[in-house]
Amino acid sequence: MPEPRKAKLAVWKFASCDGCQLSLLDCEDELLELAGAVEIAHFLEASRATVRGPYDLSLVEGSITNSHDAERIQKIRRQSKSLVTIGACATAGGIQALRNFAKVDDFIATVYAHPTYIEALAKSTPIHDHVRVDFELRGCPIDRRQLLEVLGAFLNGRRPNIPAYSECFECKRRGTVCVMVARGTPCLGPVTQAGCGNLCPPHQRGCYGCFGPMETPNTASLSGWFGSAGADQAKIRDLYRSFNAAAAPFRRESERHD
Amino acid sequence: MTSRHPNTQHKSVIDADGLQSLIGVLRDEGYQVIAPRASDDAMVLGQVNGIEDLPVGVRDEQDGGHYRLVPGGGRALFEYGPGPQGWKRYLYPPEERLWRARRHGESFTIEEDSQSTDKYAFLGVRACDLRAMEVQDKVFDREPQGDPRYVARRKNAFVVAVNCARAGGTCFCVSMASGPRAKDGFDVSLTELIDDDRHVFLAEAGSKKGVELLERIDRRPASDTEMSRADAIVSQTAESMGREMIADAEHVLARNLESDHWETVADRCLTCGNCTLVCPTCFCTTVEDVTDLSGAIAERWRKWDSCYSMDFSYIHGGSIRREGAARYRQWIAHKLSFWHEQFGISGCVGCGRCITWCPVGIDITEEARTLRDGEKDL
Ligand code: SF4
Ligand code: SF4
Repeated sequence: MPEPRKAKLAVWKFASCDGCQLSLLDCEDELLELAGAVEIAHFLEASRATVRGPYDLSLVEGSITNSHDAERIQKIRRQSKSLVTIGACATAGGIQALRNFAKVDDFIATVYAHPTYIEALAKSTPIHDHVRVDFELRGCPIDRRQLLEVLGAFLNGRRPNIPAYSECFECKRRGTVCVMVARGTPCLGPVTQAGCGNLCPPHQRGCYGCFGPMETPNTASLSGWFGSAGADQAKIRDLYRSFNAAAAPFRRESERHD
Repeated sequence: MTSRHPNTQHKSVIDADGLQSLIGVLRDEGYQVIAPRASDDAMVLGQVNGIEDLPVGVRDEQDGGHYRLVPGGGRALFEYGPGPQGWKRYLYPPEERLWRARRHGESFTIEEDSQSTDKYAFLGVRACDLRAMEVQDKVFDREPQGDPRYVARRKNAFVVAVNCARAGGTCFCVSMASGPRAKDGFDVSLTELIDDDRHVFLAEAGSKKGVELLERIDRRPASDTEMSRADAIVSQTAESMGREMIADAEHVLARNLESDHWETVADRCLTCGNCTLVCPTCFCTTVEDVTDLSGAIAERWRKWDSCYSMDFSYIHGGSIRREGAARYRQWIAHKLSFWHEQFGISGCVGCGRCITWCPVGIDITEEARTLRDGEKDL
């Protein structure tokens, strides 16, 4: 029996910091296993050698911030059987979507002495605003165990176990004491999707919301709590304005406190 | 001070050294002794090797969405109320692998994880939590749908209960008839007695294992005064309890499934799931099947889930409890009402954890009362 053809994997970068791609390289122990299971056809962060499409699975990092990229993502979609976006930039527009709340030309004028060659769209937008996405893997950066879970699920033709409930689940399962209740510390955990592996609350810090809004976020109620814990409007607004600022529930909530 | 009382009816008195040797004997018997320990922020369960690991003179301040550890000033070892975690954490761990399968060409073999041999001694279990174990027994210790791992851990466990000397800020065990006195379900119970010149514990055996343990410890018979002191302490705790569950919550809830009030709660409810995860009786889990990249190994994991997650009520076509109102209603109505039908007992033991650890302080006693009072207005 001939060996079944290995799945062709491509990794693409748009406007991003490369941190999510690094999470893939970071899968040290599993990297060899991965290389055995798939043909890494395009992954510039790892190798300059590339193989032409079509691809079985494309992992897309980064957001769309200029017209060139808006076209490039269309081509990638056409060449990809499945397309999975990875990280807050690709799934929500990323930290660079803070510009969505201001005028991009003002930023350009401030940053560049000669802005003639700068071509930027008014907004930083997630990939799903441009093409059909088969699965979105959240996080800033993504969690390597979750990435392996998605890849394992893809290769074995099963649904990935990536829950959309709150970060509170991770705290409680791990036995982390709630920072809101026991310290009065503002925390985005109750409105944020689990998945990071419970990084901040065990160190007595509130959740920063890196994994974006959970499935049914009640941001209004949580903001009420922030207010009664002493946060003013600007502080409340800023809590929602970080890596996932443009994710709809966070964007709307921050605008309510503008 | 070494008289021996094989009779369970007899109460005896041990001092701090006695408590130390109680822990020592349990450890010698191969038990991992688990007790509440003061972390930076709360009383969290963990292993203790001796009384030096127990919190001294620490109290807690609890209210809806509020918990602080505060100095109590004295020498008491058990002056605080229920902590954020129930003992289910040990009997029914948050994440557990059920089995693992290995592929061999076209076939596969299943390696069942062996039965649990964990041997825990729980020290400092309050009356509400004894009841919570009884409630979970009804869920897990039954055929055919029971859980052998839970049953094995439960059978192996040794329970040292403590009668509460202070009512926690969110406790309402009196109205649930579950506390504050430990009546049964323990191997040994302790009541801490402190005055100017002594610090002792009134000890009572509740099982044969308990009798045998106490026989191995230095102790003396309790005097009548000591026994009535202990009674008075627990009665005082009962009298000072600030919260109360309405009478007949079972039927009040059942009558109010279409109440407008659910929408009002939903405005506040974060659907975060904390209330279910801290509740010592909540038992819902999800099962996840995972594979490695090559597909050579598959594993089945069980993890704590909650009726607040959308996946929990996912059936063909989507989740059936999409609105927060539907999820809050499911939780409180199951706890206080349907549980009776299902298991012949209330799912709530009055420990107050869901009130304290709800970030926005939604209070099960208040919500039940609001529903009842709404009926009067009709
Ligand atoms: S419902 Fe609340 S008070 Fe009742 S047992 Fe559960 S956590 Fe304790
Ligand atoms: S009642 Fe409180 S703890 Fe429970 S899901 Fe709602 S907000 Fe979370």
